[in-house]
Amino acid sequence: MSGKPKLHYFNGRGRMEPIRWLLAAAGVEFEECFIETKDYLTKLQTDGSLLFQQVPMVEIDGMKMVQTRAILSYIAGKYNLYGKDLKERALIDMYTEAMMDLSELLMSYPFQPEDKKEQHLANAVDKAINRYFPVFEKVLKDHGQDFLVGNQFSRADVQLLEILLMAEECKPDILAKFPLLQQFKAKTSNIPTIKKFLQPGSQRKPLPDEKDIQKARKIFF
Amino acid sequence: MSGKPRLTYLNGRGRMEPVRWLLAAAGVEFEEIFLETREQYEKLIKDGVLMFQQVPLVEIDGMKMVQTRAILSYIAGKYNLYGKDLKERALIDMYVEGIADLMQMILVFPFSPPEAKDKNLDSIKERATNRYFPVFEKVLKQHGQDFLVGNKFSWADVQLLEAILAVEEKVPAVLSGFPQLQAFKIKISNMPTIKKFLQPGSPKKPPPDDCYVEKVFKVFKK
Repeated sequence: MSGKPKLHYFNGRGRMEPIRWLLAAAGVEFEECFIETKDYLTKLQTDGSLLFQQVPMVEIDGMKMVQTRAILSYIAGKYNLYGKDLKERALIDMYTEAMMDLSELLMSYPFQPEDKKEQHLANAVDKAINRYFPVFEKVLKDHGQDFLVGNQFSRADVQLLEILLMAEECKPDILAKFPLLQQFKAKTSNIPTIKKFLQPGSQRKPLPDEKDIQKARKIFF
Repeated sequence: MSGKPRLTYLNGRGRMEPVRWLLAAAGVEFEEIFLETREQYEKLIKDGVLMFQQVPLVEIDGMKMVQTRAILSYIAGKYNLYGKDLKERALIDMYVEGIADLMQMILVFPFSPPEAKDKNLDSIKERATNRYFPVFEKVLKQHGQDFLVGNKFSWADVQLLEAILAVEEKVPAVLSGFPQLQAFKIKISNMPTIKKFLQPGSPKKPPPDDCYVEKVFKVFKK
């Protein structure tokens, strides 16, 4: 037993990816146990490892944590990525909750049936450009600082970078009208722990391909 | 201006109800603004009051808070309903997130097409009975305490009571296999602030009816 957090999920982004990002950003090494078959998921469900029979599950500090938000909050709190007080935390929470809404749209795109894909993408892009990105562009503009909250690196910055990259994967020029977000992306990508995570060979997962999508459908649906 | 938190939402449960529960449980009085028309909602958006153009909105401590979970976390933190340390917080978070998944099924139920209603009701019953309630039954049985986490009243207890009552409205005998949850329901319902919230005339909203569903479509044009 190594003492490193151990992540249980399938070998793909899904709901575990923000957790990989946050651990990596915090400079925390982690192990991964990939669910390859439905049988293995069933085994985890029946041996009591999964509180609500679902993954993600992260073994950390003697706990078998489930529920993505709970896991992210714990990691952020533990590694001082959650602001300095209740009000900064509130800001971080507002921002990250919105980012998760956008992330749901972007993340589910590859899993849409062919006839719904175009409309889904159009909606995701519309929300990104008209609802979410303008808020963060303005936040950065108003305070002129490098980080979203309290002039200090936090989980909000990690999540924003993840989302900007995801959005660009859907539409490469999506940041065209957001100069500060472009700058934010460049600066945050250069933070040493993040830079390492963005390099090939890291535990960052690629976009799902057709094979991954079929596999996920078999295991989870 | 009163200094009391001010909630802006429709006059119904929706995504604001857990916030009403938590403020009430904490003994915090609050004011409410109800959205009745599309114009009212559009004005809020135009005025830049809604950070992501959505409600719930809670004006509290000089902030215009949006995003239900952010609001609930803030209230829980402020009123000491979030455990004593990071690990208790983690447990509370896991529990409320699980309950939120169950409550999501109840939230969307009124909007399901008529032909899907029976199936969706069955799903709610199945999930409550097989996935969520057994977990909390076991937690209470194992430590034998009145509250879910750390032998102290927390956000998790409020959320669980809300979920139990909401499911019971749809599946009246749902607690029949859960003696611990039955006892929990009675105990928590009898806490003074909760008892007050459960009485007629409180800010607690009734279950959604067709009128409410219509209002949702009218205001949000979904």
